[in-house]
Amino acid sequence: MSLVLSAQEQAVASGHDGTAMAMRIVAESAALLGAPQLIPIASAHIDGALYHGDSGTLFAERLVEGGARVAVRSTLNVGALDLMGCSRVRLEEPARGMARRMMEAYRKLGCEQSWTCAPYQAGHRPAFGSDVAWGESNAVVFCNSVLGARTNRYGDFLDIACAISGRAPDYGLHRTDNRRARLVFDVSGLSASFLGSEIAWPVLGSLYGREVGNAVGVVTGISSHPGEDALKAFGAAAASSGAVGLFHIAGVTPEAPDAETILADNRPETVIRVTPDMAAKARAGLSTAATLNTIDAVAIGSPHLSSAEFDALERLIGGRRLRVPIYACTGRHVLITLEQSGRRKALEASGVVIVADTCVVVTPILPELGNGVLMTNSGKFAQYAPGNTGYAVLYGSLADCVESAVIGKPRFTDIAA
Amino acid sequence: MSAVAEILVPGSGGEGAALVLTAPISFWGGIDPKSGRIADVRHPQHGETIAGRVLFLPGTIGSSSASAVLMELVHNGHAPAALVLHEPDAILLLGLIVAREMGWQTPLALRLERDAFEAYRSKRVSVAANGALTTRA
Repeated sequence: MSLVLSAQEQAVASGHDGTAMAMRIVAESAALLGAPQLIPIASAHIDGALYHGDSGTLFAERLVEGGARVAVRSTLNVGALDLMGCSRVRLEEPARGMARRMMEAYRKLGCEQSWTCAPYQAGHRPAFGSDVAWGESNAVVFCNSVLGARTNRYGDFLDIACAISGRAPDYGLHRTDNRRARLVFDVSGLSASFLGSEIAWPVLGSLYGREVGNAVGVVTGISSHPGEDALKAFGAAAASSGAVGLFHIAGVTPEAPDAETILADNRPETVIRVTPDMAAKARAGLSTAATLNTIDAVAIGSPHLSSAEFDALERLIGGRRLRVPIYACTGRHVLITLEQSGRRKALEASGVVIVADTCVVVTPILPELGNGVLMTNSGKFAQYAPGNTGYAVLYGSLADCVESAVIGKPRFTDIAA
Repeated sequence: MSAVAEILVPGSGGEGAALVLTAPISFWGGIDPKSGRIADVRHPQHGETIAGRVLFLPGTIGSSSASAVLMELVHNGHAPAALVLHEPDAILLLGLIVAREMGWQTPLALRLERDAFEAYRSKRVSVAANGALTTRA
């Protein structure tokens, strides 16, 4: 089946301006994917404004020069700079200037200055069943799985092209049949204490992503809703260790009141029964540091911390002074509330470095050490920190991260899976 | 040995040493956009470079910024000589589609069955603009 564009879409694509370029990019992607048509979208979340090199800046500026504007609500994912000035980004000229030009170009295209990888906690929550075009792997998986809105994993540049054209290729997770689960990921064999712990979600997410790849699965064996921040951590870990765009949790996420309802043909092709050993190995696999003796920094907030996560951080620190800094990454939507309540000052006085608009794995913020060790409670940071920062990783719960930062060396609490 | 593969994204022909990856990779975080070196310490081919290689990809994982990394490699001259995939990759190949819109010269992306990849390991491979793959001694 080949792609058919409407007369209006064809007319737009044959133009010479920025909107035409955006429509052609959407149409070419649709043709590559075998989509029969384009569909209208209700909103977009744009991951393309993060500087990876000059090419992305030149592309965004070409769209601006061509007079393009977004046609739907479009929030922005993190950029390479902390525009709020909370943390010092060690990006040197000329890269710094190019990163700033890129952020500016996306503003001129009409995107909201949200600068967060958790737009769904910053007021951008598309309606259940609506079609949207979202980028940023954790935002995509949350949007599909927890909100029940429909998006594929839109790559950088296709997200803004969809936002400008107001169209997306009709394929993949926009179609009801493709949203059904093919496999079951059964965690009922794990202990209640592990499943009730904070680390269960990033650890299981990491295992889930590696086991399922890009398939849609349903998690069974979860007895009660673990809270939105836990689902955020699960999705982010799953989308970084695999290519997960949508997961279901029976009795928790909106398309899966129970496993049977969401399974294609009401039965699974595969059942993965997670054993305590598998969970323990997945947990161990999140750490890469050779020894457990030292840490140089703690990083939390991938995805960006919510207000509730800052509450937990503050409670765990309990007014103590940190020997090792905790880099706490968040969006300006949370920063504003921290400032209004005076909590930003208190956290910074303890030794917390708040990072806003960006995070420590997408831009150079952590001190350049030859063989630094970073402790984190984020499955996603654990996945990307070694390659992007040069730091080896130690994975632990938020409580362990805070205690380790207070005493200046790693401390772990054993939670048997 | 030669085969003609389906063209996923048209581009310039090229030649290079084959790099057959044995595990899927996340381009963002997994490959240094400045050099094309594989930076993911957990990847079996960590330390190899994809620049100038005929890259056989068993799949991609992770970040939706793969397209941005590939486009940056095209722009700074460190792209693979050609990409060979077993299925179209919606995110990665976008880097080539957008680079073409920008008027930059891009490598070909081809489709080949995954079990055909092994035959190219350690070989020098020439890729023609019509999708023909030929190994050189």
